[in-house]
Amino acid sequence: MTDATSTLPTQLPPARRRAIPPDVAAARVRRRYASERTFKALGIGALALTALFLVMLLTSIIVKSLPAFSEHRAVMSVLVDAAVVDPDGKRNADTLRSADYASLTRAAITTVIPGIEGRSARKALTGLLSSGAADDLRALVIADPSIIGTTIKTPMLFSDDVDLYLKGDTGRYTTAAGVAELTPSDVKGDITLTAADQSFAALIAELEREGISADAEAGAHVLDGRIPSRVVYVNGGAVKVVKATANTLTGPVLLPLSSVSPAKTGSWNLTTYAQPESRRRISDQEIVFIDKIKSAGAIERGFNWRFFTSGDSREPELAGIRGALIGTALTLFVTLILCLPIGVLAAIYLEEFAPKNWLTDIIEVNINNLAAVPSIVFGLLGLAVFLNYFNLPRSAPLVGGLVLALLVLPTIIISARAAIKAVPPSIREAAIGLGASQQQAVFHHVLPLAMPGIMTGTIIGMAHALGETAPLLMIGMVAFIVDVPTNISDAATVLPVQIYLWSDLPEAAFQQRTAAAIVVLLGFLFAMNGAAIWLRNKFERRW
Amino acid sequence: MSILKQASSAALVAASVVAFSGAAAARDQIRIVGSSTVYPFTTAVAEQFGKSGGKTPIVESTGTGGGMKIFCEGVGEDKPDATNASRRMKKSEFELCAKNGVTEIVEIKVGIDGLTIAHLKGAKPVEMTRKQVFMALAEQVPDKDGKLIANPYKLWSEVDASLPAVKIEVLGPPPTSGTRDSFHELFMEKGAEDFDSLKALKKADEANKTKDFEKVWKSIRKDGAYVEAGENDNVIVQKLEGNKNAFGVFGYSFLEENTAKIEGVKIEGVEPNYYNISGGKYKGARDLYIYIKKQHVGVIPGLDKFVAEYVSDKALGEDGYLAKKGLVSLPKEATDKVRAAATAMTLLDGSTLK
Repeated sequence: MTDATSTLPTQLPPARRRAIPPDVAAARVRRRYASERTFKALGIGALALTALFLVMLLTSIIVKSLPAFSEHRAVMSVLVDAAVVDPDGKRNADTLRSADYASLTRAAITTVIPGIEGRSARKALTGLLSSGAADDLRALVIADPSIIGTTIKTPMLFSDDVDLYLKGDTGRYTTAAGVAELTPSDVKGDITLTAADQSFAALIAELEREGISADAEAGAHVLDGRIPSRVVYVNGGAVKVVKATANTLTGPVLLPLSSVSPAKTGSWNLTTYAQPESRRRISDQEIVFIDKIKSAGAIERGFNWRFFTSGDSREPELAGIRGALIGTALTLFVTLILCLPIGVLAAIYLEEFAPKNWLTDIIEVNINNLAAVPSIVFGLLGLAVFLNYFNLPRSAPLVGGLVLALLVLPTIIISARAAIKAVPPSIREAAIGLGASQQQAVFHHVLPLAMPGIMTGTIIGMAHALGETAPLLMIGMVAFIVDVPTNISDAATVLPVQIYLWSDLPEAAFQQRTAAAIVVLLGFLFAMNGAAIWLRNKFERRW
Repeated sequence: MSILKQASSAALVAASVVAFSGAAAARDQIRIVGSSTVYPFTTAVAEQFGKSGGKTPIVESTGTGGGMKIFCEGVGEDKPDATNASRRMKKSEFELCAKNGVTEIVEIKVGIDGLTIAHLKGAKPVEMTRKQVFMALAEQVPDKDGKLIANPYKLWSEVDASLPAVKIEVLGPPPTSGTRDSFHELFMEKGAEDFDSLKALKKADEANKTKDFEKVWKSIRKDGAYVEAGENDNVIVQKLEGNKNAFGVFGYSFLEENTAKIEGVKIEGVEPNYYNISGGKYKGARDLYIYIKKQHVGVIPGLDKFVAEYVSDKALGEDGYLAKKGLVSLPKEATDKVRAAATAMTLLDGSTLK
């Protein structure tokens, strides 16, 4: 580049009117090249910045969504008790449906960790399972009533908190092996663990560092939920440390001990869970239970098919996008069959048949204006016209489709007109020259050639409709709908609305679901835009 | 010709579908509209109701005001059966209902929502009074002579020496949100009443039928100290994570779900937790309601059973599934009263509304 610049002055054509001194000319040329380089750099910079943001956005969404695509289950033996499921033995479908399956799943998990007494501990144990576990069991029994009365081994879904715990790092812990012989006072209830004097000096020092000083009244260091919790695993059980002195640890038993015989040095350990109990959704009791089930090898992690096969739910682990997907498909179907014919025919008429006068000018301006109207306005229109005047059902894909059709119609008309305009006049003229009527020329020759452009425009318009939520708010599609819709007058919601609703729920697991639903929506959009590009490349003709 | 044929037949199909579904079949599914704050709880009840045999009700999230408008449109199959509200029904709304023939309304107070001011965990614990909140965020505050001046405070420590010397920055909901209304009523109005000059202004308002006092507590400063962070409480929580000096305003259930990251500010010495809110000790709390159209009971199948499910002990009790979803239930006697009134379908008396 520099070489070229330095040799340029000699190659410049002679100035016609006013001679420009060579040095000035060279400076001007340099300036021109410099400004071109700046422009190029800015362009590349802008592109790079956009790409960077896009990559950041996509990565963050995908990373966030990944946990939602898997789920944790407890593989357990369940006794399908005939007395509970089918007391009269008639295999009546209604009886089977309304039976108390939750009591069976509760019984199953209590057999994995036997000997748990006390209401709150039992509740913590049975609460590990999702309410969906009972629903799954119900489905199994209804599908195959012959399993009634037998014991089956089946995976049972964990609740969202357990699932998050197993996926996340709330359970980070450190373990210190016992440094002295430890004697428990009992196997259950509130017990004291005693060891030789100063055995727990290290723990006491640690507590002091965490801001816990000796409590004069209790005569010990009292641990609370604001500091990392400590659990002693001894004799096959677990004891939560609530009070500590130099030679004793006191607290409730979380998991019953097998005996009170003294545990040898090194055969027991003190585990410190880094996250204080008050800062997590899951208690020490639950952590001990989960770890016990885990060590029994009864936890499996699998792909979360439910996310694609079930409708919405208020339990994050049960919530799926099937309802929203079908709702989206139904809504877009209505939109497509309305706006493709109307849009294309309107475009053909305006482009090929309409006289050019002030009326068509006004129509053209208005179509262009409509394309820029905020989408919420179409929702208000839908509410006033379709719901209040025509009395169409609320929340239905039919109304959603109608509203979105109004929204994308201008886009389709504009792109269809552009596509028709791009067909060279020679095609039309040749057809008419051979005796075709105007209509024959248009439908036999111009329209087929314009079709790829029209399709591309339509798909892009549909992709636009796919991402809309605002107009649907007014017509009742922003709603909690569990049942998967089956036709266009059923209540339904659509993907972007589902994303919006989930993002506003407090449960942490719903944040991952939100990200996963966004990934699915993005996949849809990529597929649609990809189809548009493919159509264009495959069928487009150049003249 | 084929394209024309296809296109016209498609249009015809569409038109006939429109005509057909206009005559929709009788509704067998409960429809509920209203507040997005009550939405997480009503949906949980709806799902349980659906699992126990009924058809799962449809719950729309339209906001309290929007819900009231749709609810009061009239009686009939195409009108909703119930509406969620994060505040009590207004007298004007009750009158609108009555005008449109919705004369039998049952009010159910389902629980309490604590409005919390919170900050990132790890920062020094802070205590505030509502007066301090008002001083920090109102557009106009009284100076020492009681004259209203534009809010001069930049740092929390200027509001009160006990507060940290950091810039005032509060992330909260925009004016369209029901939470914002509650924030004004629970924090700003009560805080303003702690000034003698403003109390006098309130008295003068009542005498002269002016609204000067209301204007003072309903105006939030616009110089960047209060940041409108969007309707979505999760967004506010996320934004707090990046800014350890900022405070956020959101519902208690979000604080409860995010205890690992954020911490509630004590208001007048009371920590926002379940027991303080339920017992009425925590001042920043509001009641949540659902309003039922009694005229629809018996017409829409299952509506009475849905109400029974909502007020049942397994839903509304202290250990109920709504408590797990973050709803703070009323004290036991109050819950029993609500349950009795809901079961008997006691009608709402319009003269008790404001």
